Amino acid sequence: MTDIPPAIRLRDIVKSFGPVQANRGAELEVAHGEIHALVGENGAGKSTLMRVLAGMYAPDSGTMEVEGRDVTGWSTADAIAAGVGMVHQHFMLVPTLTVAENVMLGSELTRGPVLDRAAAEEAVRKLSVETGLAVPPAAKVADLTVGQAQRVEILKTLYRGAKILILDEPTAVLSPPEVRELWQVLQSIRDAGGTIVLITHKLDEVIEVSETITVMRAGRTVARMATAGTTPQAIARAMVGRDVALALDAEYSGAQLPELGAVSALLEVRDLSVAGANGQPVVKSATFSIAPGEILGIAGVEGNGQTELVEAIAGLRPYTGSITLASRDLATLNVRARGDAGLSHIPEDRHERALILDYSVAENLILGQQHRFTRGAALDTPRMLSHARELITRYDIRPDNPALAARALSGGNQQKIVVAREMARDFKVLLAAQPTRGVDVGAIEFIHARLREARDQGKAVLLVSADLAEVLALSDRVAVMYGGRIVALLPRTDATPETLGPYMTGAERAA
Amino acid sequence: MSGPPVTPDPTLAPVVEAPVPVPVARASGRPSRRAQIEEAVLPPLVALLLAAVVGDLLILSFGQSPGAVYRLLLDGTWGNAYGFGQVLYKATTLVFTGLAVALGLRAGLFNIGAESQLAAGGFCAALVGLLLPPGIPALLCLPVYVLAAALGGGAVGAVPGWLKARFGAHEVIVTIMLNFIVLALLNYLTSTRLHVPDTLHTAEIRSGQLARLADLSPAFQGSAANMAIVLAVLAMIGLWWFLFRTRRGFELRAVGLQPQAAEYGGIDVGAVTWRALALSGAIAGIGGLNYVLGYKHYYEEGFATGAGFLGIAVALVGRSHPLGIGLAALLFATLSQGGLAVNALVPKQMVDVLQAVVILAVATSVPEVRRLLRMRRGGDR
Repeated sequence: MTDIPPAIRLRDIVKSFGPVQANRGAELEVAHGEIHALVGENGAGKSTLMRVLAGMYAPDSGTMEVEGRDVTGWSTADAIAAGVGMVHQHFMLVPTLTVAENVMLGSELTRGPVLDRAAAEEAVRKLSVETGLAVPPAAKVADLTVGQAQRVEILKTLYRGAKILILDEPTAVLSPPEVRELWQVLQSIRDAGGTIVLITHKLDEVIEVSETITVMRAGRTVARMATAGTTPQAIARAMVGRDVALALDAEYSGAQLPELGAVSALLEVRDLSVAGANGQPVVKSATFSIAPGEILGIAGVEGNGQTELVEAIAGLRPYTGSITLASRDLATLNVRARGDAGLSHIPEDRHERALILDYSVAENLILGQQHRFTRGAALDTPRMLSHARELITRYDIRPDNPALAARALSGGNQQKIVVAREMARDFKVLLAAQPTRGVDVGAIEFIHARLREARDQGKAVLLVSADLAEVLALSDRVAVMYGGRIVALLPRTDATPETLGPYMTGAERAA
Repeated sequence: MSGPPVTPDPTLAPVVEAPVPVPVARASGRPSRRAQIEEAVLPPLVALLLAAVVGDLLILSFGQSPGAVYRLLLDGTWGNAYGFGQVLYKATTLVFTGLAVALGLRAGLFNIGAESQLAAGGFCAALVGLLLPPGIPALLCLPVYVLAAALGGGAVGAVPGWLKARFGAHEVIVTIMLNFIVLALLNYLTSTRLHVPDTLHTAEIRSGQLARLADLSPAFQGSAANMAIVLAVLAMIGLWWFLFRTRRGFELRAVGLQPQAAEYGGIDVGAVTWRALALSGAIAGIGGLNYVLGYKHYYEEGFATGAGFLGIAVALVGRSHPLGIGLAALLFATLSQGGLAVNALVPKQMVDVLQAVVILAVATSVPEVRRLLRMRRGGDR
């Protein structure tokens, strides 16, 4: 047994970008036919290490072996030829082409000079059946759900003959049922002799699906363990280097909920409908209210109208129905006026909406409140700076330089800018959409604490998260959105993954 | 602005060990002054060097010595007061059209209409000039002229701005089309109503003409350089202040960088769009004063030909920064005046080619050089 070389053996990999050492002596050893989890906080160097393996970067030093063969510094073409394929976090698909066309892109099937679509579709259908990755081969990628698009990515990689599959944060965009399906697919690929490396920072996934775990921190490999012999706490400790409270096992510490009806709601949404890009309604007659000191969590698979619901409340989308904030109708108020009326908003899309990446930390910390930081026509730079210094200290934003472009900060610190800005303004209602997406464990803990704190100060918080564990850990009441409707609205005590699951998949509806 | 107090939580203590390296942010957390200057200055220099090499080859292909041609070019421009004056005169117009295009670019808009906005500004100024009685001191007239030129250019700029904000009409198409319409309209008005018989220009304005540099120093005799230079410098400073120091500038740049984030930040993207194009047109329009008020003292058909389009090159080479635009305007003015000087040795069109090479070199080499600089320092992840 010991004579068989491991599928992957990376030794002492160093990869620098200028003075930044993304990998500083990383090690990885993956056996044949296993699902191997590569975990670590954002910026720990996981993606860099895997890009080195996939041939996208050449390591500065260190050795790489695949199937016992020295492949140090190979190219992406070499990697593909040797059966190493990477499924990226951001899909690399052409939306206007069909599934089959995307899959064969780069190795097109032809009959003479003409593309052989039928053969491609047949090949995709066959591969679909073999792997359990069900996708309609003739559908346009633009019309697929995120989960389906991801399956296309995996199919594409398998179609090119990948035996070693690297997946970068594959579940970030999936619903719980889709995640389960993905695990089944990965297990069947493994059972057919494939080897899988899973990059993630979600510990429940690691425990659920992997056989071996490699933990990276600050560019180094700090631990390698068998999944069977470890706990989420032990993994988290290795990732962060200290003990952390995990959302997974954080006891729901409910606020003393006021009697419903005893206090007037801070946010009241009545019969709210929002039209999507093609004129079809994407939010349908949503009605709910949030009391002071309450977190209402909205669970549900992404793309069921949550984005549009939040943006309508924020004033970013036209709607019908009524939204009132502390008894004030918001209908005629634009985004800025809603902010002034006491609405804070942590948007789900950090890079497009929440931050201007080329603006400095200080500038980003006033976005949306720039009209309050003026002296005549000019911006009051000294006040902006003192505002920034205060929030940087209070929210531990690193590096602590207000002049640095937001782009230069890590994902977790970028999100801290957004949270700091929205929590520092004078607000009554906070909209928090996917507030911890793509941030590391330490920052998640911090952001959760801030949301609870807002609740405890008597604010109303609308939390939208694709992460059911997060919704359950924070919310006082839980709503489920499916197909644009609020299909369930339960007190926290009645909400469990089991009770919510059927609503999230549309199998059941109440409310 | 006082936020909720954050109770210190021991579990939130900063992770002290093994800080994850963050690009750019080193020990001090601040990109060094030197790095910033390197990044601003080095790429254009490399581009110029590239352009010079291509220029050498061109000159050699005409059987001339590059050294001799460049010497002639410099002698004819920066080498004497007249040539230098002409450079300043040409650069003045280019500063205005360059700033106009740059303002659009900062808002994410490509204003191709500086050509007609410049002409409209000059036309409106001349119109006002014809109405003003003679003998009013220049300093009193100047604000009126500036306002007229700004309104003229601004009106031409506001049209594509409004069409874009209201209907989503693409500003590139609209400004190009407006160039034809506005220039044709101005020519029609001039040649049917306002021209002095047998010419293509209006009568001379009688008050508020700007002093020539030649009035201050006889060495500039014959050159068109005039006090509009002061206006150009003021426009550079003003636009810099507006873009980088005011709330409106903050909002305008936000729209240019990330319209969705701007919208989220409570900024009316449509309003910023049409205001930016109107202001862009107004700046180009004021550039018309250089000719109308400073040089000929009348409006003439075609006085602005090419200056609007060259403004696009100036804005690109100057990287949409007022200081860069000043330098780029001097560069292009030098090349265009130098073309006349070297005509004896090589065709003056060679200098047009050289201008094109500068633009291409900047467009291709600037991103590349910047990438290399960042690589060396450890830039984007």
